[in-house]
Amino acid sequence: MTVEEDGRAAGPGGTAKEVRRLDRVVIRFAGDSGDGMQLTGDRFTSETASFGNDLSTLPNFPAEIRAPAGTLPGVSSFQLHFADHDILTPGDAPDVLVAMNPAALKANIADVPRGAEIIFNTDEFTKRAMAKVGYDVSPLEDGSLEAYRVHPVPLTTLTVEALKGFDLSRKDAGRSKNMFALGLLSWMYHRPTESTESFLRKKFAKKPEIAEANVTAFRAGWNFGETTEDFAISYEVAPATSAFPAGRYRNISGNLALSYGLVAAAERAELPLYLGSYPITPASDILHELSKHKNFGVRTFQAEDEIAGIGAALGAAFGGALAVTTTSGPGVALKSETIGLAVSLELPLLIVDIQRGGPSTGLPTKTEQADLLQAMYGRNGEAPVPVVAPRTPADCFDAAVEAARIAITYRTPVFLLSDGYLANGSEPWRVPEVDELPDLRTRFATGPNHTLADGTEVFWPYKRAPETLARPWAVPGTPGLEHRIGGIEKQNGTGNISYDPANHDFMVRIRQARIDGIAVPDLDVDDPAGDARVLVLGWGSTYGPVTAAVRRLRAAGRSVAQAHLRHLNPFPKNLGEVLKRYDKVIVPEMNLGQLATLLRAKYLVDAHSYNQVNGMPFKAEQLADTIREILDAQ
Amino acid sequence: MPSEDLSPAPRGTLPLTAKDFKSDQEVRWCPGCGDYAILAAVQGFMPELGLAKENIVFVSGIGCSSRFPYYMNTYGMHSIHGRAPAIATGLATSRQDLSVWVVTGDGDALSIGGNHLIHALRRNVNLKILLFNNRIYGLTKGQYSPTSEVGKITKSTPMGSLDAPFNPVSLAIGAEASFVARTVDSDRKHLTDVLRQAAEHPGTALVEIYQNCNIFNDGAFEALKDKEQAQEAVIRLEHGHPIRFGADGEKGVVRNPVTGDLEVVAVTEENLSRVLVHDAHTASPTTAFALSRLADPDTLHHTPIGVFRSTERPVYDTLMADQLETAVEKQGEGDLAALLTGNDTWTVERREGRERRADR
Repeated sequence: MTVEEDGRAAGPGGTAKEVRRLDRVVIRFAGDSGDGMQLTGDRFTSETASFGNDLSTLPNFPAEIRAPAGTLPGVSSFQLHFADHDILTPGDAPDVLVAMNPAALKANIADVPRGAEIIFNTDEFTKRAMAKVGYDVSPLEDGSLEAYRVHPVPLTTLTVEALKGFDLSRKDAGRSKNMFALGLLSWMYHRPTESTESFLRKKFAKKPEIAEANVTAFRAGWNFGETTEDFAISYEVAPATSAFPAGRYRNISGNLALSYGLVAAAERAELPLYLGSYPITPASDILHELSKHKNFGVRTFQAEDEIAGIGAALGAAFGGALAVTTTSGPGVALKSETIGLAVSLELPLLIVDIQRGGPSTGLPTKTEQADLLQAMYGRNGEAPVPVVAPRTPADCFDAAVEAARIAITYRTPVFLLSDGYLANGSEPWRVPEVDELPDLRTRFATGPNHTLADGTEVFWPYKRAPETLARPWAVPGTPGLEHRIGGIEKQNGTGNISYDPANHDFMVRIRQARIDGIAVPDLDVDDPAGDARVLVLGWGSTYGPVTAAVRRLRAAGRSVAQAHLRHLNPFPKNLGEVLKRYDKVIVPEMNLGQLATLLRAKYLVDAHSYNQVNGMPFKAEQLADTIREILDAQ
Repeated sequence: MPSEDLSPAPRGTLPLTAKDFKSDQEVRWCPGCGDYAILAAVQGFMPELGLAKENIVFVSGIGCSSRFPYYMNTYGMHSIHGRAPAIATGLATSRQDLSVWVVTGDGDALSIGGNHLIHALRRNVNLKILLFNNRIYGLTKGQYSPTSEVGKITKSTPMGSLDAPFNPVSLAIGAEASFVARTVDSDRKHLTDVLRQAAEHPGTALVEIYQNCNIFNDGAFEALKDKEQAQEAVIRLEHGHPIRFGADGEKGVVRNPVTGDLEVVAVTEENLSRVLVHDAHTASPTTAFALSRLADPDTLHHTPIGVFRSTERPVYDTLMADQLETAVEKQGEGDLAALLTGNDTWTVERREGRERRADR
């Protein structure tokens, strides 16, 4: 937390309280799964976005919907980093921890640096609750928190007190304590409050009493900050005016951006969007979101299983839809055979994989990048599939549009590899104008495309366009183009079943050549000094922490180049040349070195793999340290 | 683009013949396979539909029967094992202007694809599913299938199979199917008649076709085909008619007043009035299910053929299309710019010293 300037401002009540100006703050709300921490975080985020700070968020919650109350596994948290300049990560460590119970304190204290502020709900620090998580003596009393600036606040009691006028039981009134905490934090950081109040009234429109209770608790929290002496200082973080290009902005999460990208791609392709999906964490939000947009002609089909989800999507693709299936790693495993069929049928299909910790069920609510090789190779036979990966939550929009472009243009299934961190994290997004989005319109086949030796005009379903090697998309309902396709090897051109050895060899190679030939933009390398000898190359959601780490090093006078891959298959044409330019290539990944393996195999480059697979995104400081060590060793 | 209207597949303008439905591909089933008879019957029946050929799609899984689409001069997809109902569901729900047929076998539909089959049936998607049941795995050369009788000696069960078989008709009725029928490959008239009723049915129609595999399970349905044995074996179900069979209808099906179950009796003057009159259209599946249990899985005695159940209930793809229409009525046509913008934006101004302001 950087303090730039101190000042004093008079509060509305006439009490002059100190106001400090900060350039950035990291707040973590932590509590029980049932305490509403995600909602609290979302609201603070929304207030912060509309205030105009740059921001980045990290929700972190257990897979269990309601783990046993008060236990360590049941702790749910939401971290938010906001600043007056552009930022790239949700922050390495919180400046402020809000701990709603002893478990939340215990689970999070290791991440909180000395000197940070900790706000406790003292009502929950009962002997029993503390014993449950192994505190024999209250941490509030044993001196273990001396290095922190602690604010013990009886959040529950204060909330219940504030809601006395409402016809609510003590228990029900106490539920609004998260809004009290939100109000307090909103005061501390001068957040605008109208949006939260209108949100609460809308959310509880059917229960106006509950809506008013929450608004009252929220205001009580604000007023508490304003009046109590414990909170002597409040903070201002100015809007990030210079961080953003001109335009209209909103805050957006990765899964929402991805959903919008799919709707936008379908609109720009003038194709109906069809989603076949089976619920799975952390991808289900896309199914939920798309099911709301039926007025765009979007059809969402919740299938009986993962296989049927992609099967239905493939059927819709045959019928001429922009077809999508959404899932996470275990679902991809089940869909593999159908992806192979889509490769053989050469039909457009998007496979959205919101990666999570694996193998098997793994860590459903935590992030990981370990499905890259599954996406690349997880099928029988030679079955190449293009792979596209977004780098930030908002970038999920553009990545979805790009994946659709490739699928439609080249008539191929395409993997879109997001992950749990991008899916649930959020950041400001410049809303694009519709007409700046790419034109994705394509042509269905309408008539014969081949002339036989005897002059007969015929339709050949596997006759390829010379520039893309894509076959025609001939949808049922088109007279004269009746044809049969299937998973058995087929003769190039006619598409008839063929077991001919030479034809199979040809078809395997041409399917590969079609994917290898996909036009993707060259890789940009960021090397402001121009003399870097070390390149840091990442992909997907590591973009934020890698960029933050590189900035720190450059700020310290070190020279390091950075590049980030969006296209994992095919790689950009200049990638080999880029890699050879540097003495050392560092590849940070949230897996055990999957991209590094691909780079080593394809480019014979001694890529230095740096890996973390703990279910959490990299921390910028830790990455910076690693890169610094490598620079020092050069 | 595909039409969004609710009308069924467009009618063809020219009258078509069976020949129009024959593709140019060489048929590659074993000589003598029951599939030939079914193919001929389907090709012969298709013109009756009066549909434009380009609006008909055959989707299949894997197995001998699943080669079927290659031989039909319509749109077709030979997909992967067991998944045809799922793929066809995607096609039928996104394209209501198509007449979508699924061709599957006992292994494809009831073993590897069992899940997709039951869910297609309960949803009542507009699909016509032809289940070729030969009670054996043919394409993999003769292992027992989920409809093989207990004790079946095959390559994978040298001491006899241990699995109790599925009765596909019972399964379909249990899975909330709105149309369930059974027919036999060699009885072209009956087969065609059942196909006609299936085609006319709005929603999912399941037609089990007993089909002879002359290589690995020859004569599996002989009891139903041999004229003499058929007297005891075949019960022809016709809606609105008493369920009687045997020489001169000497036998009939009655409900046991004590157990409520169905049983076969010799028809007499006394019990004549108790003989069940087949009602395929009744909403309750109880009697149709009981009928499906009459057959002895080993001897095939008392095997009903014909339409067990044909009832109307809402069709999934129609409901899905209705929701899209309702959404447009309520929210208006989707406006992409409005969607992307949402309700909570702020603007960063161009120029030096630019400011941000909330748009709300």
